[in-house]
Amino acid sequence: MSGARSLMVALEKEGANIVFGLPGGANLPIYDELYKSNIRHILVRHEQSASHMADGFGRVSRRPGVCFATSGPGATNIVTGIATAQADSSPMIAVTGQVPTKMIGRDAFQESDIIGISNPIVKYAFQPMTAAEVPEVVKKAFYISSTGRPGPVLIDIPKDVQQNEAEVTFPSEVKIRGYHPWIDPDIKEIERAIDMLLASEKPVILAGGGVIISGAFAELQSIAELLMIPVVTTFKGKGSFPENHPLSLGPIGMHGHAEANKIMVEADCVLACGSRFSDRSVGTFEEFERNLKIIHMDVDPAEIGKNQTTHIAVVGDIKASLRIMVKMLIQKAIKRAGDNPWLKRVNETREYFRQNLKLHSHPLGAAKVLRKLREVLPSQSIVTTEVGQHQMWASLFFDVIHPGTFFSSTGLGTMGWGFPAAIGAKAARPDVPVVDIAGEGSFNMTENSLAVSVLDDLPVIVFLLNNFSLGMVAQWQRTFYDRRMIGIDLKNCPDYVKLAESYGAQGIRAQSIDEIGKAVQTALKSNIATVIDIPIDPQEDVLPFVAPGTSLKDMILPS
Amino acid sequence: MWSIISVLVENKPGVLFKVTNLFRSRNYNIDSISVGITENPEFSRMTITTSADEKQLNQIIKQLDKMIDTVEVKLLDEKKSIYRELVLMKIKITKPSDIMEITDLSNAFKCNVHDVRKSSIIVEITATPDRINAFEDLVKGYGILEIARTGMCALERGVGNES
Ligand SMILES: Cc1ncc(C[n+]2csc(CCOP(=O)(O)OP(=O)(O)O)c2C)c(N)n1
Ligand SMILES: [Mg+2]
Repeated sequence: MSGARSLMVALEKEGANIVFGLPGGANLPIYDELYKSNIRHILVRHEQSASHMADGFGRVSRRPGVCFATSGPGATNIVTGIATAQADSSPMIAVTGQVPTKMIGRDAFQESDIIGISNPIVKYAFQPMTAAEVPEVVKKAFYISSTGRPGPVLIDIPKDVQQNEAEVTFPSEVKIRGYHPWIDPDIKEIERAIDMLLASEKPVILAGGGVIISGAFAELQSIAELLMIPVVTTFKGKGSFPENHPLSLGPIGMHGHAEANKIMVEADCVLACGSRFSDRSVGTFEEFERNLKIIHMDVDPAEIGKNQTTHIAVVGDIKASLRIMVKMLIQKAIKRAGDNPWLKRVNETREYFRQNLKLHSHPLGAAKVLRKLREVLPSQSIVTTEVGQHQMWASLFFDVIHPGTFFSSTGLGTMGWGFPAAIGAKAARPDVPVVDIAGEGSFNMTENSLAVSVLDDLPVIVFLLNNFSLGMVAQWQRTFYDRRMIGIDLKNCPDYVKLAESYGAQGIRAQSIDEIGKAVQTALKSNIATVIDIPIDPQEDVLPFVAPGTSLKDMILPS
Repeated sequence: MWSIISVLVENKPGVLFKVTNLFRSRNYNIDSISVGITENPEFSRMTITTSADEKQLNQIIKQLDKMIDTVEVKLLDEKKSIYRELVLMKIKITKPSDIMEITDLSNAFKCNVHDVRKSSIIVEITATPDRINAFEDLVKGYGILEIARTGMCALERGVGNES
């Protein structure tokens, strides 16, 4: 069969039943086979959105999402999506068309060296040079993308390889000698970790994105409850632990919860699960690890000691490691009581900030707006965000109750990610409402995906916190550049209600907390793509704030 | 101080690019790199020398290990390995007696002398960096016209634990 046909068969064998993409000259043979196959195609309006949709699909379903793009500009258009997936360890398969093998290297029309361009931002890249290689390449691509620390894999297929006929067999298993994703956690180290936690006076658990990727929610909760240890998260780990749980303190970091940052700084021992200690989470590396015993669990050995000095390291899948820990705790009948001075301090701190943290007084202050959304949105709904102030407000004021339902571009911080990712999430979970908490600057970047949301029956709600500006940049200019405001003004353009309507979606302007509640309910009931345009105060800052290059203890609070 | 890393990789196109790109993108430094096919044509061996501190060296090794095209990554212990570099040096000849002197020095360093001409001579030295530096110091006075070096090449002594 042809290389293109092999690709389709191999994709079907991997269980891929949907691809996001846009055709062009160099991938037409693939599209011709897509036409004949049972795989659903979602036609995007810009390839970047196809890659974000595949990413959103992958994060929610925890198996690789697939996107297609043609050679040259099609391939370069998905670069941002690949980098975003890599930064957040999201499983994805990107299939690009390439000029015919004989034309490679001759600066052919729409030739771009996507293998070279993408090298630092993929987990792996394949360029099959014969049709016979295609089945094994696809099998390996899914294997690499979805195992160990997940990530994007690129398959760049020259046009003649798509067209050529070859006798093929589809391997049911592949082995790659330089790739060993399954590492058994070291039981002795887990035992030592328990001892260290028990010996410490002020322990915390820091839950990172790895908990969500491995779905270790129940294990994490068991450990926290058995040992009565408070849980902070990274921003990517937000919602790995129910944020209404009495042991929850929420995310730490640049715009972390005040109580989380405060308690993190006071802690003497941390059990970090699937966190890479990013600068946005921990502030300055040297200050963070001062007087802190670090137990680091991660699936990626290269993360151990990269940013922080660790005292105990457990390499392996987070779910597997935590499960062993739970078993040990139960076997040894270890259960700590909750009435110790540390937990008392934790609860007092939380209570103090609940009572005393000043919130923005504007009638549509971010806290009021997002708490209203939380109130009306069913708890199992999936939420994505764009990038900017609204994203950080979502982190501060939108509590995730149901673990693993919150997704954001946390590593790369890609504006325009949230909306297409929400559409991809909806494709993976059509049974639950999906909301993109958006800023209008970000939404502008991929708003043409409204066409997809409407026409492909993947209705999502865009909850637009409209401050008529690139608000996060404006905040930095107010804070660090003496109010020299440049390049941030978006005025009120376009009119998002009309924009939505012109795509056949629903547009609602909500100008009070009450109207916001009603608008969300309307959107939920109608089940059609909806943009809820909420004019908020352009002057509101995101606080607390840990300025870049400073440490968590230097957190700036609202005055 | 430099360290020697020996990396067994898949012998296929693009792997050298990926390894060097890893060093570049993570801001590590390569002092020298040599690559060649091994006894098994499916593998190549890269010998990389780098002057990194211990923490960075640790990261380099882990990041190399993480690469899917690397099959084995080893930090070599100098005392338990044989390591050599081959250097070709073109040295200036000013007066006829220079030729004799340089040839004598070369013999003392077990170098081969090639391409003896009126105005230049090429010496081939295969040695450890210390000896190469010592030789270079001694012939500097004549005037070194050009140098080409292969980069370090290294193997662990013995088999398994016997090193
Ligand atoms: C693609 C991209 N370009 C630029 C930035 C830098 N940036 C970070 S936040 C931000 C402003 C985002 O504006 P908006 O989506 O309206 O969110 P707001 O901060 O106003 O809530 C910008 C420009 C980015 N993160 N991503
Ligand atoms: Mg804005």
